[in-house]
Amino acid sequence: MNMIVCVKQVIDPEAPPASFKIDSASNKVVPPPGVSPVISPFDEQSVEAALRIRDAQGGKITVISMGVNLLRDVVKKPLAMGADELILLEDDAFTEGDSWSTAYALAMAIKKIGDYDLIFCGRQAADWDAGQVGSGIAEILGLPSVTVAKKVETADGKAKVERVTADGYEVVEVSLPALITVSNELGEPRYPTMKGIMAAKKKEPAIWKPADIGVEPAQVGTAGRRTRIVKLFQPVREGKCEIISGETPEEAAVGLATKLREAKIL
Amino acid sequence: MAEYKGVMVYCEAAEGRLLPIATELLGCGKKLAGDLGEELCAVLLGANVSSVAQEAITFGADKAYVVNDPQLGDYQTDSYVAALEKVVKEVMPQIVLMGQTSVGRDLAPRLAFRLDPAASMDCIDLAIDPESKRLLQTRPVYGGNAQATFTYDSDPQIATVRAKAMSPLEADPSRQGEVITIDAGLDPQAIRTRVLEKVPEEVAGIKLEDANAVICGGRGIGTAEGFKELEELARILKGAVGATRPPCDNGWVPDSAQVGLTGKIVAPDLYIGIALSGSSQHMSGCSGSKNIIAINKDPEANIFKEARYGVVGDWKKVVPAFRDKVKELLTE
Repeated sequence: MNMIVCVKQVIDPEAPPASFKIDSASNKVVPPPGVSPVISPFDEQSVEAALRIRDAQGGKITVISMGVNLLRDVVKKPLAMGADELILLEDDAFTEGDSWSTAYALAMAIKKIGDYDLIFCGRQAADWDAGQVGSGIAEILGLPSVTVAKKVETADGKAKVERVTADGYEVVEVSLPALITVSNELGEPRYPTMKGIMAAKKKEPAIWKPADIGVEPAQVGTAGRRTRIVKLFQPVREGKCEIISGETPEEAAVGLATKLREAKIL
Repeated sequence: MAEYKGVMVYCEAAEGRLLPIATELLGCGKKLAGDLGEELCAVLLGANVSSVAQEAITFGADKAYVVNDPQLGDYQTDSYVAALEKVVKEVMPQIVLMGQTSVGRDLAPRLAFRLDPAASMDCIDLAIDPESKRLLQTRPVYGGNAQATFTYDSDPQIATVRAKAMSPLEADPSRQGEVITIDAGLDPQAIRTRVLEKVPEEVAGIKLEDANAVICGGRGIGTAEGFKELEELARILKGAVGATRPPCDNGWVPDSAQVGLTGKIVAPDLYIGIALSGSSQHMSGCSGSKNIIAINKDPEANIFKEARYGVVGDWKKVVPAFRDKVKELLTE
């Protein structure tokens, strides 16, 4: 089973909301100082999904990431978790893309890899939250896709996928090769072991430029965007919370109930 | 080259009725179509959805396109994308709207990449730019920490819309509209998936997204037993229990109880957030609530920035006393 997992380096979504800042002049997010970027959490779960399949039946896992200033400690985490190879599309031309130009570059890189049965992506990245890149890659490569998976198993040239829906889940069978996007319901990704971390340190990622995947710089990153950001802004919070206090927590609780009754909320 | 005109809403239906999201989309689509001076049409896909066409018209559609095919009985990416692609190519709408639902999330990007333009997902505001007449699509980004307004130049402009972000029109049974049947033209060979089974996660009582009161617990609840306490409060308030992601990931509550960016969207009259920090990801799913109440022992928790009333204290002490008082007040 040859598997490819696409992962994205993002600003840590667990960073405190107060540290989130934007530069409205450039419509860009200012990375919070002192907070290390991370692999987007759903992408880590994608790595975990691939590792579980390899644990069960063997295979090879190739991880792809894209951007500039990719911190090796961050993008090597999938290797430390147990993935076999890492390819970085690392070039200024690949930055600031939208769903379209991102999916296109990743699809062309996957085409270059050539030999694959399963491609995994997170259901959406923790920065732009669009959730389009996985489906986009599948469409460009002409592959079937199943999105928002919580369990993936393979047998006889097919994958059986549990797809999360609003009221539970459905079990979908898909022919391979296929693309699957993974959701948090899959469960916690494994922690890298010390052995894994040491092994990852020794592995050097392959660096691919636009020419290596047969694309013009104008087709990827900012230049390849189809969408324009008119405005990026932070919604205004009113922040007028009335704190109900009391001598004891119980007294405050009674005060709260009384208050809600007075305000006709109850 | 023919011109793209009008607004199209892909309407999801179940058991012969439009889903609430479909009526919300028709309300939003009607406004956009009015601003453009063009028509609003509805599209229904399924094994047998003809009966729903009239309902779409009562909620504002000028026309309803119906595609019936046994292969559209279950949602499957390949069959639905192909059928909707055919409708869009025939009708050539300038704007295509769908819900940010399990179906819309999967269908919209794939359709956009097939037709070659772009899509914006999970929009909470849509407007026509008065000068360019293009669609301005505003959506939360960075887990709800920011919002961005997008636009693009190619047609059709595809957007999915968050549940409860738009208001439906009043149903008007006297409205007239044309119902047009389109053949799905599906190639069974091109459908590469099969739905083997649907597994509902039963939740007793009122459905979370329909409840007038939602009691949400966070990581601080600590155990599945803790959530029983919240259920008791929900029962008294005739509401439903929701959760942030950690309680779902830890198995204290079913995954379907998750409220937030990637879970359910709720907008009840009363939302009580208990032992949860109020992360942007969670608040994305409940910030439309009329009254947000917070109970948390950390006075610095983000939830207090969003709440109208709050109590700073240990939920284990606050909740039972609150529940007893509420019970007393409601039985007076």
